[in-house]
Amino acid sequence: MIGVNHYLILAGILFVIGMIGVIRRKNLLMLFFATEIMLNAANIGFVAVGHYLGDYTGQMFAFFIIAIAASEVAVGLGLLILLYKRKNSIDLDVIQNMNG
Amino acid sequence: MELTTLLYIALLGPLVGSLFAALFGATPKKTFVGIIASALLFAAMLASLTLLTHVITTGEVVRATLFDWINSGNFHLAFSFAVDEITAVMISVVTIVSTMVHIYSIGYMEHDSGFNRFFSYLSAFVFSMMVLVMSDNFLGLFIGWEGVGVCSYLLVGFWYHKRTASWAANEAFIMNRVADLGMLLGIFLIYWNLGTIQYDEVFANVAKLSVETTWWISVLLFIGAMGKSAQFPLHTWLADAMEGPTPVSALIHAATMVTAGVYLVVRSHDLYALVPEIGVFIASLGAFVALFAASMALVNNDLKRVIAYSTLSQLGYMFVAAGLGAYWVALFHLMTHAFFKAALFLGAGNVMHAMHDELDLRKMGGLYKVMKPTAIFMAIASVALAGIPPLAGYFSKDKILEVAFGDAHFLIYGVLLFTALLTAFYSFRLWMMAFHGESRWAKGLHPHEAHKFMLAVIAPLILLAIVSGFMFEDTYKALVSAELPMYMPHMDHSLVLMLAGMTVVLVLMSIGFAVYKYSRGGFSESLQETFIYKLLSNQYYIPLAYEKFLTIPYTRLSELAWKIDQKVVDAIVDFVATTVYKSGEASRNMQTGNLSSMLRLMTFGFILVLGLGLIGTQFGVLGLIVAASAIFLFFVMWFVFYQIKKNLEKAGA
Amino acid sequence: MFEAIAFYVFASLTIVMFYITVTTQNALNALTSLAAGMIFISAFFFNLDAEFLGVIQLIVYSGAVMALYAFGMMFLDTNRRLYENHHSAKTVFGLSGVAAVLIVAIFTAPIIGGNAVAAYPGVEALGNTQNVGLVLFTKYLVPFELAAVMLLLAMIAGIVLASKKMDIEEEEEVA
Repeated sequence: MIGVNHYLILAGILFVIGMIGVIRRKNLLMLFFATEIMLNAANIGFVAVGHYLGDYTGQMFAFFIIAIAASEVAVGLGLLILLYKRKNSIDLDVIQNMNG
Repeated sequence: MELTTLLYIALLGPLVGSLFAALFGATPKKTFVGIIASALLFAAMLASLTLLTHVITTGEVVRATLFDWINSGNFHLAFSFAVDEITAVMISVVTIVSTMVHIYSIGYMEHDSGFNRFFSYLSAFVFSMMVLVMSDNFLGLFIGWEGVGVCSYLLVGFWYHKRTASWAANEAFIMNRVADLGMLLGIFLIYWNLGTIQYDEVFANVAKLSVETTWWISVLLFIGAMGKSAQFPLHTWLADAMEGPTPVSALIHAATMVTAGVYLVVRSHDLYALVPEIGVFIASLGAFVALFAASMALVNNDLKRVIAYSTLSQLGYMFVAAGLGAYWVALFHLMTHAFFKAALFLGAGNVMHAMHDELDLRKMGGLYKVMKPTAIFMAIASVALAGIPPLAGYFSKDKILEVAFGDAHFLIYGVLLFTALLTAFYSFRLWMMAFHGESRWAKGLHPHEAHKFMLAVIAPLILLAIVSGFMFEDTYKALVSAELPMYMPHMDHSLVLMLAGMTVVLVLMSIGFAVYKYSRGGFSESLQETFIYKLLSNQYYIPLAYEKFLTIPYTRLSELAWKIDQKVVDAIVDFVATTVYKSGEASRNMQTGNLSSMLRLMTFGFILVLGLGLIGTQFGVLGLIVAASAIFLFFVMWFVFYQIKKNLEKAGA
Repeated sequence: MFEAIAFYVFASLTIVMFYITVTTQNALNALTSLAAGMIFISAFFFNLDAEFLGVIQLIVYSGAVMALYAFGMMFLDTNRRLYENHHSAKTVFGLSGVAAVLIVAIFTAPIIGGNAVAAYPGVEALGNTQNVGLVLFTKYLVPFELAAVMLLLAMIAGIVLASKKMDIEEEEEVA
């Protein structure tokens, strides 16, 4: 009953929600949250297709994406903390240097 | 020494001299520059004379090819040179006169700051002239043709800070270029119809062309000759070209450049022999010019202009001879004329130098006591010009009159005879006004004779003016008969002698009249008010007419074109630049440094690529192109509306 | 049938949670809903017979990553209320709407061709974990090792970024 299309549509919707967050959020930390949502949406897509093809490649991809996402969070938060120490704010509009 | 080496010495000697002098072009005067340039030219003269003797004795044509030039398709052309009989005569004349002028210039230009530059230009001119006469194809001729045009521009406008000199140089060059168009068209026609532009091949096959083509070619080539040799209506530049230094006038406007037109006609005699009607036209035009120029010289008060008009007049004589088919006579007159006219000009240079560049004859007079040698030289040259035997002018001029009479062109004969009388009159008017009588000099002027060496170089020219008639005539005839048809209409010998005698008597009477009149102070002042005098002294108002009907409208046209260039062309180019700039400015706003907006742009790009990919896979390349252009158009319209909105805001605020 | 019910329930929950993450103005709410969303996503993995991955999702994402984010939020001293300047709602929704349409269009196109052959099908008899191990350590060994190196790098980077020396320089600058 539930075909691969259902999962893919779900993944697409979650991806778009993540994208809305990326575009909309001004707080850098919230931006990271939105990025996580996008990654997870991709994961769902991979595993769904892998399941319906009977291939384990999809799960492998998702596995590696999780690993990478974790390390990305670590390094990203480290940088974010440094930025906060320098600028005392993590609002995008405040830390903007260039004038356009 | 090998013959081709001699050819190269004669050809490239002046070039080396010119380049050597050019090295010092910006430095102050260095005498050795003039000496070296003259020495190189002297070597070229010796080489030319050796080649001449060789051609006289063996009759062999000396050929040399420098290197290949054009090899495209069927058209092969090399820088090749050939010294045949006509060329041998021409190079001898050119190099002799040039060497004398070069040495003379060392003295004449000694106080001029552009001394080195002068010798560079002068030698370059001689080189171009050598290329012109030594080439054995029409394109080499044309290169030399243009070269002498350029060098004459440089030399006439040598004192470029004088506005009149600059203007005269432009006039000379532009008039020449107008005529060169005709010549170029003629050369094109030759190549088009015959497939070659080498003299030998062209003249061997020229009889095969249709009558109409031969007409066109001969007319077009003659138009080119008209410009160079200052025939009516392209004659005004010659008198104005006297703005240049006097050695320039001696070289260019007596012996070399203006004779290039005659050389062209003589060289193409095979062609002109096929179209005798054109020949008659050329002869008539020549006769007209002869009379026309002589009439203007009668009343002119400028020393060099009188001599210039006499050159113009003698050129008319040469064209009469060439037009009537007696090409050898034209070449002979060219040779003798070169000698005595160059001597006249150099003598006039001495006078100018002595009078501190004063040119007005009315302010001279009584120079005989101060400058005896120059006066004697100029008298001898004037006698040669007038055509008194046994000087050279008689031999060549009289032959021309003989040809005209014998061919039953009595009108031309009459015109030429009358012109000879006028020539004698104004030559001696010039001499009397300059050298005889009371001195009418400006206050404080102390004229003195020129340097000895300057007189020494006029001497060979005078010598040649005296002897080249009776001494060289037979050798000359033997020489050129190999190449040119020795046309001379058959007349009774007694008739010939009678005509010659009548001419000489009339000329002597004219000289006597001039001497008599001007020793008593010339004509009355009231004659200056008459209409004829005004007509003549304003050169028949032709320069005025040219200015009014040609120059000014053309200037207006040029100004209009300039406006178009400014408003249209520049506007388009500026528009392109402004578009780039404005679009850059607009795009700059993309780089805000604001992470959020940049992320926005990123998603926009992502959507774009995704959309294009979707359309591409569904609708193929065509769909992709349509989609891409739709996006581009959308951007353009958005940009336009944005600009409008901004302008409205600016206007509102 | 249970699969369908599970799918729809968890799908709606996930969407709601993530929507809250993206739009709420309360930082804590955002964090919490993100964590909840992560957990619900692992349900999908269990639905798709990818038990190993589901467990990994729970451990790594909703455990480690969320803990990291929580620590980060504590450190960064963000206010409970996030004051955000939102200019252009139109741009946001426009872009997102178009993106959604596009993605759905792409994904609902038939993507599984009839001829697709599985490259690494896995053994039927074994369970999911064993199969994952089999494929991972034989066919995907090199990416595995590289991922390990990358994690090592991330660790070193984290230490370097947070080390005391930088703190001292920072304080001196601030002072």
